[in-house]
Amino acid sequence: MRYEAPETLDAAVALLAGESGLAKVLAGGTDLLVQLRSGMIEPALVVDIKRIAETRRIQEESGGFRIGAAVSGAEMGEHAGLKAAWPGVVEAVELIGSTQVQGRATAAGNLCNASPAADSVPALVAAGATARIVGPGGSRELPVEAVAAGPGRTSLGRGEIVASLFLPARGAGQGDAYLRFIPRTEMDIAVVGAGVCLTLDGDGRCTRARVALGAVGPRVILAEAAAAALVGTTLDEAALDALAEAASAAATPIDDKRGTADFRRRVAGVLARRTAVIARDRAKGAAA
Amino acid sequence: MDQSQTTLPRRFKVVGQRKRRPDGIDKVTGRARFGADMTMPGMLWGLVLRSPHAHARIRSIDSSKAEALPGVKAVVTGADFNGERNDVSINCMAGDKALYDGHAVAAVAATSRQAARQALKLIEVDYEVLPHVTDVDAAMKPGAPVIREDLITAGVEPVPTKPSNVAARHEIGKGDVEKGFAEADLIVEQSFRTEATHQGYIEPHACVASVSPDGSAELWVCTQGHFMVRNVCAALLGLDSAQLRVTASEIGGGFGGKTTVFVEPVALALSRKANRPVKIQMTRSEVFRATGPTASSSIDCKIGLTKDGRITAAQAELRYQGGAFKGAGADFGAMAIFTPYDIENVKAVAWDVVTNRPKLAAYRAPGAPMAAFAAESTLDEAARRLGMDPLELRLKNAAREGTKAAYGPTFPRIGLASCLEAIGNSAHYRTPLGPNQGRGLACGFWFNFGGETCTTINVNKDGTVGLSVGTPDIGGSRASMCAMAAEELGIPYEKVRTVIADTASLGYNDVTDGSRVTFSSGLCTIQAARQAIQRLCQRAALMWGIDAEAVVWEDGHAKPAGPNAGKFEPLSLAEIAAASANTGGPIAGHHEVNAEGAGVSFGVHLCDLEVDRETGSVRVVRYTAAQDAGKAVNPDYVEGQMQGGSAQGIGWALNEGYVYGDDGRLQNAGFLDYRIPVASDLPMIDALIVEEPNPGHPYGVRGVGETSIVPPLAAVGNALRDALGVRLTETPMAPPRVLAALAAAAE
Ligand SMILES: Cc1cc2nc3c(=O)[nH]c(=O)nc-3n(C[C@H](O)[C@H](O)[C@H](O)COP(=O)(O)OP(=O)(O)OC[C@H]3O[C@@H](n4cnc5c(N)ncnc54)[C@H](O)[C@@H]3O)c2cc1C
Repeated sequence: MRYEAPETLDAAVALLAGESGLAKVLAGGTDLLVQLRSGMIEPALVVDIKRIAETRRIQEESGGFRIGAAVSGAEMGEHAGLKAAWPGVVEAVELIGSTQVQGRATAAGNLCNASPAADSVPALVAAGATARIVGPGGSRELPVEAVAAGPGRTSLGRGEIVASLFLPARGAGQGDAYLRFIPRTEMDIAVVGAGVCLTLDGDGRCTRARVALGAVGPRVILAEAAAAALVGTTLDEAALDALAEAASAAATPIDDKRGTADFRRRVAGVLARRTAVIARDRAKGAAA
Repeated sequence: MDQSQTTLPRRFKVVGQRKRRPDGIDKVTGRARFGADMTMPGMLWGLVLRSPHAHARIRSIDSSKAEALPGVKAVVTGADFNGERNDVSINCMAGDKALYDGHAVAAVAATSRQAARQALKLIEVDYEVLPHVTDVDAAMKPGAPVIREDLITAGVEPVPTKPSNVAARHEIGKGDVEKGFAEADLIVEQSFRTEATHQGYIEPHACVASVSPDGSAELWVCTQGHFMVRNVCAALLGLDSAQLRVTASEIGGGFGGKTTVFVEPVALALSRKANRPVKIQMTRSEVFRATGPTASSSIDCKIGLTKDGRITAAQAELRYQGGAFKGAGADFGAMAIFTPYDIENVKAVAWDVVTNRPKLAAYRAPGAPMAAFAAESTLDEAARRLGMDPLELRLKNAAREGTKAAYGPTFPRIGLASCLEAIGNSAHYRTPLGPNQGRGLACGFWFNFGGETCTTINVNKDGTVGLSVGTPDIGGSRASMCAMAAEELGIPYEKVRTVIADTASLGYNDVTDGSRVTFSSGLCTIQAARQAIQRLCQRAALMWGIDAEAVVWEDGHAKPAGPNAGKFEPLSLAEIAAASANTGGPIAGHHEVNAEGAGVSFGVHLCDLEVDRETGSVRVVRYTAAQDAGKAVNPDYVEGQMQGGSAQGIGWALNEGYVYGDDGRLQNAGFLDYRIPVASDLPMIDALIVEEPNPGHPYGVRGVGETSIVPPLAAVGNALRDALGVRLTETPMAPPRVLAALAAAAE
């Protein structure tokens, strides 16, 4: 196995595109190293992107934030501006692992690992985040929900890297939140995850909403019917019930060692509801 | 507890104090050497090839390609196990069949881990996959695949003519249950199932073996019993046990799971073949797939009571599977199930069943927690139906001194009633519950064990003392040994150092199991100290020129027995030791025993939990454990045992369990999906130490290591019943089951 740590994105892309065997990007390594050690994967080339300066920065851009692909969860948690604008995204990233894991794990790695249970992804999807992808053919911007193709698979082409994630400017009256269900209190994997981002007008009426569900399908689900159940309402009980029902209906879970399909469907509704309430309260705080 | 001070005959100086643990600093600084911390010159890395099939005939194994790989020094298979080919041997290395997912079929030793890993892939095993069964009830059904063709059920008449998956039937009982049930006003009957759990020790099995061409061998290993390792490995490989010296490393948890061998004979066989030292270190996944889970069980339980809460009869049928080898421990379950109670009519039938799962290893009170889950849940239900307080119901029926247990013995002094009273008097018991909370109570019993034990005390010239014991320290026992030696000799705790001697330095010691070490090695230490004292007195007599009988030992000093003995200044242990060259040489004390009188152990647990009725999430919010320690030599470590067993039992109740796929493969061979509780999952567990002295030990000590895992399954289950209004009867009582039970109840 060859290890390379280039200092530019172009060099990284060239290395990845030039390798005929299995080539893997290394960000924090909290997924990759586990997979290497267990013998799950045996890459011919590992390209560490942490020495590329632009992957290490959080930058303001068009009122939003561009987060380099090698920025760790801990760095995101310490960024006051980011935290104030996107508390739901940051709390989702901060749920990943422990203090030790937080020092390494990245949101882009969480996204590219393409686990249906990845914690930051439903929050990013709800937030309307995009990923900047660079590759041999140049650079393109992709909605985050289009990055994962299935469990452990991405839509990235040969030689392509996620260079950064972009969170748009936070609108007036907007709030986001993320909740997950785990059987333990920490160090666990989401059995269900729910991210909600919504906007309230001056009367507290929801004008826009995005609801994303994790771990209840092969990829994170953007639940449009669930979001529609909120739009036009003040998030009264009836609307929240409708949201929960729509979220349960949108879930396509399976029975596995982590929970039954029936359980996940029900809890998806419960979590969507609880997450929406937190997002609503944050939106109200933002409007005030 | 205060009562102990008045009931115990002696006032202790060191015993009963919370002394600093001698292995503490090394363990928190990382200096302690565990199984994986040993390396030797020229050492090879050993890796084990494991069956991916739950059940398969091994038609052939071709290792020629692996052997040709550069760096590979040896490959072994079952054929290299040239000693006894018993169940333990076959579990370490398969014979003509792979009996479970993870069963070892071959092993390699190579100069690097990479080479060894590559070599594993080059070993060609020709499997004929056979039908499998992993569930205990399914394995007992007619038509189930028979996994051991030579297994004829023992204990049934007439003797079966055909093999089956039922290894044995056992029956325990007394009185006449038919008569007892006829006298009952209320009969409660329920069935329960528990999934297999793993001991979950943090340290995977690891060892380094070195076999010399002259036939002598060394083995460094993390184990609960290095004498057992020596004897078993010698037998499996046809070695001479005097030639095999085994040294026990520090141990990162065992809980019963390190009371047998897995990779040790494999490392020895590889080393013998390669003529180089070989290290084997299991991965976590190997630990889950191929080492010691506990039995899974299926139990029917029936209890009859009078209106005023007197138990008239109790009956149970217990079906346990313990993997592909006989010995699932259902008989222990049957012996333990109703033992906390004084019941005239008892019948417990146990079925020992084999399935395509790894061979069970002991886990803290093996066989008892699932039995207690059934009995204590059924009793809880009875208390509800009678409208009686669950504690009162248990006190009314509690076994006491003079009670004859269904499994045989008549109890001497025991502490169950005292534990119930301690819980009844606790603030916890009287604190009102909050919304969505429930409270559960359960009792537990464990036999405790004594066993073969041998210790040596050496008095050093500077007045310090070296104590050699043969029982690996898995719970702070060196601290307790130091305390007992210091107590007896009358010297400060800090003057004693206890080591776990290797197998060449002491006589045979049974493994650290059955909660036996503080009891047996403690008893042996006290006797060895008494022998050393006798010799110290003889030396003082020589120094004074008087008869040895005229010398007594008090407060760490030899003193003339009385005015007639002469007038001499007391001599301290250090003074006698300093002069020992002139009085006959080194001073030592030794004792060996097959200890009896271990003294049974009882505990009572009280659990409060809170349920999220929308997600099924359960959080234990308060937990109190009361247990009879006889005499707590070091209260810190007694509390530690009570808390540790409670934590493991809560994990078993709520989230832990082996998950097998339809293909017979283990689905959750790692700590991510095998969920032991993490620190933030549990409240501080309150430990109430009760001290009813054990008449079988000089200081009244009883073992405390195991009982604490017996009550939690039922304590949690009963609390859940209280909170939910419905009873869960199958572990793990995980959120999907909680929600499903609520949904079923709502219909
Ligand atoms: C103890 C522990 C606890 C954990 N807890 C959680 C948890 O609670 N929730 C959760 O969601 N996850 C958890 N994880 C998984 C992991 O930490 C997260 O998925 C993390 O976000 C991965 O980020 P990373 O930077 O370490 O990724 P890496 O391991 O570096 O990479 C992950 C994958 O993405 C690819 N990749 C990485 N960066 C890029 C890029 N820029 N472009 C293209 N491909 C890329 C890699 O090749 C690899 O396949 C846990 C892991 C551990 C070890």
